Amino acid sequence: MSVDTATVKKVAALARIAITDEDASRLAPELSNILGWIEQLEGVDTAGVAPMTAVIPNQLRLRDDVVDADPLTGGGIRDSLMANAPQAEHGFFTVPKVIE
Amino acid sequence: MTESSYRIQGATGEWEVVIGLEVHAQVTSNAKLFSGAATAFGAEPNTQVSLVDAAMPGMLPVPNMECIRQAVRTGMAIDAEINRWSRFDRKNYFYADLPQGYQISQLYHPLVGEGAIEISPDDKNPDATKTIGVERIHVEQDAGKLMHDQHPTRSYVDLNRSGVALMEIVSRPDMRSPAEAGAYLRKLRAILRYVGSCDGNMEEGSMRADVNVSVRKPGDDLGTRTETKNVNSVRFVMAAIEYEAKRQVELIEDGGRVVQETRLFNVESGTTRSMRSKEDAHDYRYFPDPDLLPLELDEAFLAACRASLPELPDAKRKRYEALGISAYQADVLTAEVEAARWFDALLEAGAKPVAAANWTTSELFGALNRGGHDIAQSPVSPAQAAELLALVADGTLSGSLAKQVFEVMLETGDAPAKIVEDRGLKQTSDTGAIEAVIAEVIAKNPNQLAQYRGGKETLFGFFVGQTMKAMGGKANPAVVNDLLKKALS
Amino acid sequence: MADLTDLGVAAIRDGVRSGAFSAVEVADAFIVKVAKAKPLNAFLVETPDAALAAARAADTARAAGETLKPLAGVPIGMKDLFCTKGVATTAASHILEGFVPTYESTVSQNLWDAGAGMLGKLNMDQFAMGSSNETSAFGNVISPWRRPGSDAPLAPGGSSGGSSSAVAAGLCPGATGTDTGGSIRQPAAFTGISGIKPTYGRCSRWGTIAFASSLDQAGPMARDVRDCAILLEAMAGFDAKDATSLRQDVPRWEAGLSGSLAGKRVGVPKEYRVDGMPEEIEALWQAGIDWLRDAGAEIVDVSLPHTKYALPAYYIIAPAEASSNLARYDGVRYGLRELPEGAGLQDMYAATRAAGFGPEVKRRIMIGTYVLSAGFYDAYYTQAQKVRTLIARDFERAWESCDVLLTPTAPSAAFALGEKSADPIAMYLNDVFTVPSSLAGLPAMSVPGGLDKQGLPLGLQIIGKPLDEQGVLNAGLAIEQRAGFTARPQTWW
Ligand SMILES: [Mg+2]
Ligand SMILES: [Zn+2]
Repeated sequence: MSVDTATVKKVAALARIAITDEDASRLAPELSNILGWIEQLEGVDTAGVAPMTAVIPNQLRLRDDVVDADPLTGGGIRDSLMANAPQAEHGFFTVPKVIE
Repeated sequence: MTESSYRIQGATGEWEVVIGLEVHAQVTSNAKLFSGAATAFGAEPNTQVSLVDAAMPGMLPVPNMECIRQAVRTGMAIDAEINRWSRFDRKNYFYADLPQGYQISQLYHPLVGEGAIEISPDDKNPDATKTIGVERIHVEQDAGKLMHDQHPTRSYVDLNRSGVALMEIVSRPDMRSPAEAGAYLRKLRAILRYVGSCDGNMEEGSMRADVNVSVRKPGDDLGTRTETKNVNSVRFVMAAIEYEAKRQVELIEDGGRVVQETRLFNVESGTTRSMRSKEDAHDYRYFPDPDLLPLELDEAFLAACRASLPELPDAKRKRYEALGISAYQADVLTAEVEAARWFDALLEAGAKPVAAANWTTSELFGALNRGGHDIAQSPVSPAQAAELLALVADGTLSGSLAKQVFEVMLETGDAPAKIVEDRGLKQTSDTGAIEAVIAEVIAKNPNQLAQYRGGKETLFGFFVGQTMKAMGGKANPAVVNDLLKKALS
Repeated sequence: MADLTDLGVAAIRDGVRSGAFSAVEVADAFIVKVAKAKPLNAFLVETPDAALAAARAADTARAAGETLKPLAGVPIGMKDLFCTKGVATTAASHILEGFVPTYESTVSQNLWDAGAGMLGKLNMDQFAMGSSNETSAFGNVISPWRRPGSDAPLAPGGSSGGSSSAVAAGLCPGATGTDTGGSIRQPAAFTGISGIKPTYGRCSRWGTIAFASSLDQAGPMARDVRDCAILLEAMAGFDAKDATSLRQDVPRWEAGLSGSLAGKRVGVPKEYRVDGMPEEIEALWQAGIDWLRDAGAEIVDVSLPHTKYALPAYYIIAPAEASSNLARYDGVRYGLRELPEGAGLQDMYAATRAAGFGPEVKRRIMIGTYVLSAGFYDAYYTQAQKVRTLIARDFERAWESCDVLLTPTAPSAAFALGEKSADPIAMYLNDVFTVPSSLAGLPAMSVPGGLDKQGLPLGLQIIGKPLDEQGVLNAGLAIEQRAGFTARPQTWW
């Protein structure tokens, strides 16, 4: 698969990574190269093969419906939760105003 | 099965409206879907948020069994296929209310498959039903909340709702009118509340509908649909459909084309508009969440879910009808789970079904309405009501005395027998006393007597009224009738 | 007294227990050594206070006659992928610069609970994406090894390059690593140390910054097999906070160590004999076969026919998962925020992520985004997961005829910094031997086998059945006992 700069820009936009035209021109052949290499998988006969879901046999465990059963995964920790926030006020994280 | 005759009258003829609803219902649970933070409504911002919900580095989801159980029970309540093997997928997009940058949801293998809900679009005629298909129910995380009006240049992010469990209940595009959509939502809400899987509280956002609307000339293929997001009342859903259908018809008739897009409903104006912020979010790059294994349910789990289901509205309504209660009353009594449970308790306390249904739908509901109460706050318990109805049935109270007693019950919460006793409201069948009063009434009204005897038989009611009044409403009306007939003839 | 920093985990543990030296003496010795080793750039944060506090606790416990914890007195290095409460954690990325977790990862907590102390946070490839430690936002890690007569800086391998460099240079007796496609084993091989990636699900992933969730596993890196066994015992264990954690008791791997392989069958997969493999690696592989035969094992030829598809499958699956796992770095709740004048929310995301992620991270996010995007998902991702099933099946078939597999760890010895960084695929090929077992979730370890012509270490890899870390460790020990690998890098820093 050959990736052109327009595709690179589209993918970068989806991934929310700002790129310049220069970046896009540099990345296009690079990504084409990598994608070309991984496309050798097309040749593998996988008819009737189920995609991997769990590498080691294991069952999804479900938790009991208990609030703050483990403090590490419970609530009521606003201060520590917001300790690293780049911007916050009145107990809220804040972001540039969004127009919906 | 009824066919809707709802049509939009356009310049070029009649248009049919095709409606599908995706309802997001908050699962009733103490803790969130993938974390132990609480789900209670109305907490201070960001106080019910765990490291997991805020997507701190290295955090992982572990599913809450109760949320799975409730979704399975909901599926069973609409006779849906329950998938013993389902899987969580990530829906990837960037938004400030979505800390992980993806929503854990189910696309490829939902927990609940095909089911159906029977609706009665005309509440005057509950037996005229229509079946609305439900394509699937899947379980997913709710997003946080953004507030745009707190600061001139910033939006505020509250993650209290982030990670709360939702069921997304996706209907088939089987509805053809706002009334059908309204009936579907009401019925779905009733089922959820019967099951106990969602409190159905639309004001608090426990139930929101994404409304998919398209229009077509009857018989044509489906038109392009729009999706109006997060509409949070039955009335608004109906209004959004009406507006959106008319807008689409006008657009097409003016030579335009409907664009498949996400729209927003404006409560004040009753209109919809295109949502700019979601414009480019079309490529969600769904893939199985690698932090979670497939969800496999065993027979014991499913059996326990099934065994825990209560009697559902349709079954209850049919049971009431079989007891001789009218279809209309049975429908009214089963619409709300609390009312139905209250009524069941009334029957269990020994009340006769038909009399109990009459009394509940008129007296009790009327009183609650006037007082602005819902049934959960009813000042009168089913046992007290059964006692009151028993006093009517055994002739102790007349209908009008029963009303008086009920009024006192509402005020004081006292037992009816006590009220009857204290206030001397017992109905009398004492013929001697009644005859004495009748004699007095006749003596006081010679003109009316003459007219009556002269053939004006309608005056009989006048004498009944006078007698009852003189008896303070306590005379047995049947006895009064009998004795008056004799005295007047 | 001999230099305490010459001692490994077991020797330190035993010496502290016996009172041959105090834990504080040990900590002090390593703290000094770490402080002097700045040119290696192995540490991002030094935490001498934490190391000393743990040491004092060990000494106090001993003085009080208490039973010492399994790792009492042992100071270690912590890869910067593990969140450590109150200590900056960045995954070597600018986007997390200044981030101080308010919580402790399960693996690091397990180590502290076992009595270990933290010397500091170890540099690494950014978000564990790399095989040379050249993708760190905070500078390359330099291997303590050098080619004779050259002071060209060599790669310590990656992504756990700070860990490998630090252990090889004697800055710590052991360190944590993480392995997604070989990030413990390849750097261990490059620096002449041992490292084991356990079965997927043995070590909790909670609190470890995610790269590719279905592949990431923590494991120890240390000077020898016994030290790896001791550390892994402390790190592993069921964790209810990780839905993929295995509900399995942790075996007493150290107690079960035995270099005798009598009755064991060792498989040699023919597909690992790749074109252009250096003769010295071929020779080392043959030596390994001989050592294991000498240890009593029967050698059998096996075939893993889908081996060559492992690397391309990995470079779909890992970037796909990473593209989603790294979406949370958006400048809202923690880490870097870039807010250009007049930027809206989505512009802020794009600017933040452009400034915060390094080129390799961006490259992998882009690949992952691409392969998951509309119209490509089945062709790439679903196909890769099917191939993954086939790869896992290859191993299952192999287990019908053998108990462990022996392969080289990497296709070359350490290369010079800059030598491969221009060609991503050449860099990716470094993981050709380690990726298949990662895709299958199997335990695998690297042990040093010898030196190449230039005097640089080469590693041998042992791959085991699910949950058979003991079999892997024992085969590793059998090699260690026969390889006589004692080479150490000369101190030049
Ligand atoms: Mg929707
Ligand atoms: Zn949804």
